[in-house]
Amino acid sequence: MRRHVPLALCFIAGVFMAIQYFIPHPSVQAWYERLLAWLQTLLAFAFLIGTVSLVRLHAHKIGHKVAGRGYSWVLFVGLGLMVGFGFKGRAPGSPFDFMFQNVQVPIEGTMFSLLAFYIASAAFRAFRARTLEATLLLLAATIVMLGRVPVGDLLHRSIPAATDWILNVPNMASKRGIMIGVGLGMMATALKIMLGIERAWMGGTD
Amino acid sequence: MNRLGKFLQIDRRWIFLAILIAVLAPFIWPMGLPIVITKPVQDLYNAVDAIPPNGEPLFISIDYSPSTVPELDPMALAILRHAFSKDIRVAVLTLDPAGYGLAERALEAVAAEFGKERHKDYVFLGFQPGISAVVLGMGINIRNVFPEDAYGTPLSEVPMMEGIRNYDQIPLLITLSGTAVVEAWVIYAHQPYDAQIGAGVTAVMATDYYPFLDTGQLVGMLGGMRGAAEYETLIDRHDAGVRGMDSQSVIHILIIVLIVVGNIAYFGSRKRAPETAGGDAAA
Amino acid sequence: MRGATGFSRRTRPVGGPTIVTATLAALLLFPAALPAQEPEAPAPVAAIAPPAGVLAVDSPDDRGGSVDVSWDLSPDDAEGRVLCYRIYRSAHPDTGFAPVGLVAPGVSRFRDSAAPDGTPLHYRVAVSDGEREVFSASFGPVEALPQWFHRGRITVLIASLGFVVAIVYFVRAAKAGKDLFIRRLAGLDHMDDAVGRATEMGKPILFISGLSTISDVATIAAVNILGEVAKKTAEYNTRLIVPCADPIVMAVEQEVVKEAYAKVGRVDAYNEDDVFYLTRSQFAYVAGVSGIMVRQRPATILYMGMFYAESLVLAETGASVGSIQIAGTDAVTQLPFFITSCDYTLIGEELYAASAYLSREPVLLGGLKGQDMTKAAIGLAIVLGAISATLAALGVIPWDFVARVLVNA
Repeated sequence: MRRHVPLALCFIAGVFMAIQYFIPHPSVQAWYERLLAWLQTLLAFAFLIGTVSLVRLHAHKIGHKVAGRGYSWVLFVGLGLMVGFGFKGRAPGSPFDFMFQNVQVPIEGTMFSLLAFYIASAAFRAFRARTLEATLLLLAATIVMLGRVPVGDLLHRSIPAATDWILNVPNMASKRGIMIGVGLGMMATALKIMLGIERAWMGGTD
Repeated sequence: MNRLGKFLQIDRRWIFLAILIAVLAPFIWPMGLPIVITKPVQDLYNAVDAIPPNGEPLFISIDYSPSTVPELDPMALAILRHAFSKDIRVAVLTLDPAGYGLAERALEAVAAEFGKERHKDYVFLGFQPGISAVVLGMGINIRNVFPEDAYGTPLSEVPMMEGIRNYDQIPLLITLSGTAVVEAWVIYAHQPYDAQIGAGVTAVMATDYYPFLDTGQLVGMLGGMRGAAEYETLIDRHDAGVRGMDSQSVIHILIIVLIVVGNIAYFGSRKRAPETAGGDAAA
Repeated sequence: MRGATGFSRRTRPVGGPTIVTATLAALLLFPAALPAQEPEAPAPVAAIAPPAGVLAVDSPDDRGGSVDVSWDLSPDDAEGRVLCYRIYRSAHPDTGFAPVGLVAPGVSRFRDSAAPDGTPLHYRVAVSDGEREVFSASFGPVEALPQWFHRGRITVLIASLGFVVAIVYFVRAAKAGKDLFIRRLAGLDHMDDAVGRATEMGKPILFISGLSTISDVATIAAVNILGEVAKKTAEYNTRLIVPCADPIVMAVEQEVVKEAYAKVGRVDAYNEDDVFYLTRSQFAYVAGVSGIMVRQRPATILYMGMFYAESLVLAETGASVGSIQIAGTDAVTQLPFFITSCDYTLIGEELYAASAYLSREPVLLGGLKGQDMTKAAIGLAIVLGAISATLAALGVIPWDFVARVLVNA
């Protein structure tokens, strides 16, 4: 029962969603709209699951005096503050908005900016022209890096042209090939899930 | 280990310092490098420009989170300025919960700049969960997914949304995203409903979407800070995008130098000692 | 009578020559003295010509409530006299017309998306020059009706059915015992070595299943690989740490790991706290995982699933703590970062093949083979399409037959 009901639901919903794509009649589309509304509702509840899981994990850390539990306290304080502020309103200028704009936005932007440092470090440490393919890769990377900034336009007009060619021809061709493969992989996995062959999403391989 | 080999073991913090200097210096000594407009950006600009004023609204979906603000916020501001300067009505929504605050901030700031009136010239629809469900739902009826705006006003009471039912009445929808949400718009809005979709993405994601540009599934695209800088140049309003291009130019050159120097040091050290390290698969 | 400059002609008795001389002098000196001509009355502006050839049909392949109206442009459209076209609808042929839409000059079609189903409707198109509207003849009756099948998607239906047939055929073949070949995947061959290394060093293995949701194929593939890795770590009694970025994925992975441990009879070694939810936020997740790497110093790190911009930060941090790293993702933009920073990388569909490769289950192998056959068919269609389009462009053949067949053109 525990396995058969989800499998049956999955099969029915999957087959319906596949069939409705070809049937525009409103009697079928009405059910489709209902399913979409259900999907949105379920996804909204997924946010709740995440919060509950997080609270449980860190409460356990605090309760069992695990090393690093100070950060768990930081998490609870931050969570409580933002939820409390959120209930008071999130209009521009509110405490919630202040915390979001002046704490979360700069922190996340800073973390993303770390990429620049890591790319430079990787460029020095690991980008090696050991093989012909690697050499071609580095040459293409150099041309595109120059072509995507104004300096490339200044150095020589062929650099932006070469950049465009690399992006519009070999890059696009390879992306298309991989996209087709990935798309087929997605279809195959969806089909296997609908037919009950693929059961990893249920938390088991049987 | 010879000198070149030791050089390869340099503490990565020296490299981090070089990057820091390379980023900061152009802000202190700006170079004012000229920006050349590329076709994907021009196409998107033209598509926005073709929207009749005070008519059906341009939809902008701000689908990014704070981490990609430096690249995507300048795009949002530039597109909003373009639209409002031409009296094009704008409807803004977001599919990212963290995008709510960013979307509201950008929209209110630019609307105030141009003296635009909420519900008459612009509307903020807010956030709804479930990316594919929202995009598909908008193809049937926008009010199914957004029954009211972000502030609780029913869409039936918003004058500029009168007669706007689904993608048939939306001349263009631009998604600004640092994730694969752009694909969701193409797959679930353009393919089944023929919606006209434009995109603004981070530089690293831009290469993924050239196939969509080629087939016309995207009408145009802004890629990274360069795309934002080009759009700012087109609307003749230089802002963060253009300001950042000087730094980006210097950084790119520095990275190329690091690659060249690293390879010289590597091959130079190899000549004297046999290779003992493995691990780098392709580079 | 006033002339143009305001001079008035006066008449008084004078001599004939004097009159002539005076007149000539006046004409020469004051040309404006010439009797002014009456300004011509403006020529009446021709009425703007109405659009012709109005045609209304039920919108094809839709859910009803829609009619497509088309017309020939007004001849005055090309001269720039047209301000707009307004479309009118009525349930009667002669009366009761109400406007339902408006289009710009140069546009000759309109979709009425609010037409009531099943009601005979009549349409007229009026052209406006800003001062008046001129109507076309009405067209009708036409009924908006829903369709049961979307003919424009028949190619998709045929291709999908073909794909399903291929998958089912090869799955059946695999179940019947047919040997299906999968080429070697280096990254997966070294999985055992990677787990062994961690066991020898007494350090944990860190498994990162990406930042996407359970509905993402890459995440499902990652979960499958996690199951195989968990079996190995259970056998070798090596700690397995799995930080998750999605709560539903976490729930699934907890079950998968627990079941894997149970399968090798080591359910007592399973620690639920080692498979935990961190955060959905991208870079907060990166910060958390980087912290785990620096503190726990895992011997092996496995990156399997969907990754975004955080991939390089994670891989570089992993490299800095000396871990052996194996990555697999279908996120093409992140592959270069993994390839340069990791020891082995699975590219694109190699990730999907991994679960079949590791488990050697016939059903999974059959599914993989079906995908490959379909890809070959698509490749063939691309080659044929390119040849057909090229020959059509060169005029060797009258039309691009492949495009016509495949795209319903």
